[in-house]
Amino acid sequence: MPLFPVPTEEENNYLNSSHTVASWLLTTDHKRIGILYLLSILVFFVVAAVAAALMRIELVTPQGDLVSSETYNKLFTTHGVLMVWFFLIPSIPTVLGNFVIPLMIGARDVAFPRLNLLSWYLFMMGGLLALHAIIIGGVDTGWTFYTPYSNAYSNTHVIEMAAGIFVAGFGSILTGLNFIITIQKLRAPGMTWFRLPLFIWSMYATSIILVLATPVLAITLALMSLERIMGIGIFDPKLGGDPVLFQHLFWFYSHPAVYIMILPGMGVVSEVITCFSRKQIFGYHFVAFSSLAIAVIGFLVWGHHMFVSSQSIYAGMVFSILSFIVAIPSAIKVFNWTATLYKGSITFETPMLYVLGFIGLFTIGGLTGLFLAALAVDVQVHDTYFVIAHFHYIMVGGMVTAFMAGLHYWWPKITGRMYPEKLGQLAALVMFIGFNLTFFPQFLMGYLGMPRRYHAYPPEFQIFHVLSTAGASILGAAYLLPVIYLVWSLFHGKQAEANPWCATGLEWKTPSPPPKDNFDRTPIVTEKAYNYPPLNTATEGEANHA
Amino acid sequence: MSFPLFPEQASTTAGRVDHLYLALTALSVFVLALVFVPMLFFLFKYRQGTKADRSPMRISTMRVEVTWTVIPLLLAMGIFVWGAHAYYDLEVPPADAVEINVVAKQWMWKVQHQEGNREINELHLPVGQAVKLTLASEDVIHSFFIPAFRVKQDVVPGRFVTEWFRPTRVGQYHLFCSQYCGTDHSRMTGTVYVMTPAEYQDWLARGSLGNTLAQSGGRLFRTLGCSGCHEGNGPVRAPRLEGLYGKLVPLQGKQIVRADDKYLRDSILLPASQITAGYEPLMPTFQGHITEEELFQLIAYIKSLANQSPVRVRPPNAGENGKGESP
Repeated sequence: MPLFPVPTEEENNYLNSSHTVASWLLTTDHKRIGILYLLSILVFFVVAAVAAALMRIELVTPQGDLVSSETYNKLFTTHGVLMVWFFLIPSIPTVLGNFVIPLMIGARDVAFPRLNLLSWYLFMMGGLLALHAIIIGGVDTGWTFYTPYSNAYSNTHVIEMAAGIFVAGFGSILTGLNFIITIQKLRAPGMTWFRLPLFIWSMYATSIILVLATPVLAITLALMSLERIMGIGIFDPKLGGDPVLFQHLFWFYSHPAVYIMILPGMGVVSEVITCFSRKQIFGYHFVAFSSLAIAVIGFLVWGHHMFVSSQSIYAGMVFSILSFIVAIPSAIKVFNWTATLYKGSITFETPMLYVLGFIGLFTIGGLTGLFLAALAVDVQVHDTYFVIAHFHYIMVGGMVTAFMAGLHYWWPKITGRMYPEKLGQLAALVMFIGFNLTFFPQFLMGYLGMPRRYHAYPPEFQIFHVLSTAGASILGAAYLLPVIYLVWSLFHGKQAEANPWCATGLEWKTPSPPPKDNFDRTPIVTEKAYNYPPLNTATEGEANHA
Repeated sequence: MSFPLFPEQASTTAGRVDHLYLALTALSVFVLALVFVPMLFFLFKYRQGTKADRSPMRISTMRVEVTWTVIPLLLAMGIFVWGAHAYYDLEVPPADAVEINVVAKQWMWKVQHQEGNREINELHLPVGQAVKLTLASEDVIHSFFIPAFRVKQDVVPGRFVTEWFRPTRVGQYHLFCSQYCGTDHSRMTGTVYVMTPAEYQDWLARGSLGNTLAQSGGRLFRTLGCSGCHEGNGPVRAPRLEGLYGKLVPLQGKQIVRADDKYLRDSILLPASQITAGYEPLMPTFQGHITEEELFQLIAYIKSLANQSPVRVRPPNAGENGKGESP
């Protein structure tokens, strides 16, 4: 019996070539590994979302009445750890990246298919360790594991949780390595660097960060755990250590990690916005190099998380100016995407709606980043709901929206089925409304001084929390909808053609779903990316789409 | 339920921070308009099926790209300078600031006034007077946040940190711990009472414990046995502390440091780390033997000696200037 419903009269494709459980769990096919990741991150997402839902219900009233403060602290730790390391960081890279990178560059697979499978196993081992730590009692340090609380004061399962992140980190490093080498060495003949789709550029930049930053996280968590077990005295001031050193090391990874969580989304946006405007991207080189600029400068701004940490005020100024500079490449991307729409022939399928939502939410997220980079304002909003709102605009408004865009865009390619368009558009719209209602009030209460990680709070903040919880309910429904109709589409969706969007790009030149080896013959590339035929009149625009 | 958008402005920095915040908000609205007005226009005009001119663009891409790179960069640099300037003033206390000591521990704020008054989770202040807080933590990192003053400072264990403000309005304001510190983090809150100077004097008198902070420190100085070496006319084993605070001190190894709060803290807790030139490293560490509150009292006592004339004594190894240095 097939584990996965497959189109019936199709010839052999990657889904129906074999059906056993072992053929999935021991697969080295990048497409099947992408699906393994999709199913696993969905599990982590659900657990983390339930934690968020409980917190939002708790916060409807100012008193801490639904759960105890210990439980509340464990809920936000669970939410943060699972969402960051087991959903956001793997989301686009390991699901969509795994699936489409080889297809986009005209390769049969990634450079090291077995290593790719090992990455998934490492990810799952890490994830199960983390889940186990949560089930046997949880962790109350917050996802940031600040010392000396984490190494000397917390009585929870800190080491097991850190071990989970540590192990999953090796999965990240190997995935990054695999992608770099794949993009470097396996491009089809004629696929020069400047003919690459921009998704590939952004995945390349992401992979560099994964490889360079993740080891620092591993070292930091290992030192923290060693200190907890043996009291080696790196971070604990009672042993002569420096707790602020932990913050430097942690953010040296975790700020670049923010870009791991947004660059792949930017890649999806470039693919989708060109496809649904039927147009070459505006400023290809600028969009491509801005990804690399973000990856490089992103390594130099970690200290902006520490403006009130007692770090030197002059260090604060250096980190502030660099943080303003790192905003510029993101702004360049937004301007180029807008200009891409100019003289296009625009349609509003679900992926395009998500991308338009992305541009709006990401722009707000980016602009509020300027508030946080501005030293004197950061002093007020640091560790308040303003920060929560800011990074949710980037990570949920940005990355999750882009992930939804990419998932819908490549769904026909991945499954061979079309999703129901009207429901897709509806979900995108509801998600946008629910998201803004959830997180916009948090900017306002953040500036008023509502601190983050508070289980109970003064009553004057209640109005904002009530709005936020109302928004979260809408957002929850909006996430449920795609799960339902996407599963439905596997069985009842219209069969997808090879290229349902009339998009450019090699992934659309092979059947949907692709054969096991991707292409019958190695494709030869002779044109630049997004080489949509010129549009002169409205009728021609329509002809293209038909 | 009310729907406020700004916290109360109750300090001299509050207005400055709010101006920058408003400027950033205006800039954000402007940039959003700059992106979304054209975007919505394009989405409408160039939607599929409309009769619009879609002939190839005749724009110099380079010129457009440079424009929308350079202008935002310049704006960002302007905001940077503005924010950094206000931050500098917000971090560096003025000379006329009076000092209050705060000890953070899971999950309370313990305040010690120089006059000897103590309070927990409350902070009484006179309006108009610049106040410099010196803060220490007994356990984990906490953060001392008064939204109405627009000030916040992490209190990192193992060191002193400072934070200053000048309250401008009589009233009651929230005090929050804003750095997550464990189970009852959200209950580590308090109230700041800003009073007229007369009321404040009244409050000080009512709550007086009879001893100033320095007097408590002096008593501690004798009970802990510090006075055995640092005072009296016996054999000279340790430097005298009269007139020490704020002066430059020559250390072994030809280093010279200023005798500030940090120096005194380190000298008491980690005496071996900085030996005054000419003395033997005889002093035992007091790490783990005294609380942060006692440390503040000792330092207040040593500070109270700052204006006394130094007692000249000849160090035991005078002239050698750092034994470790000799070959």
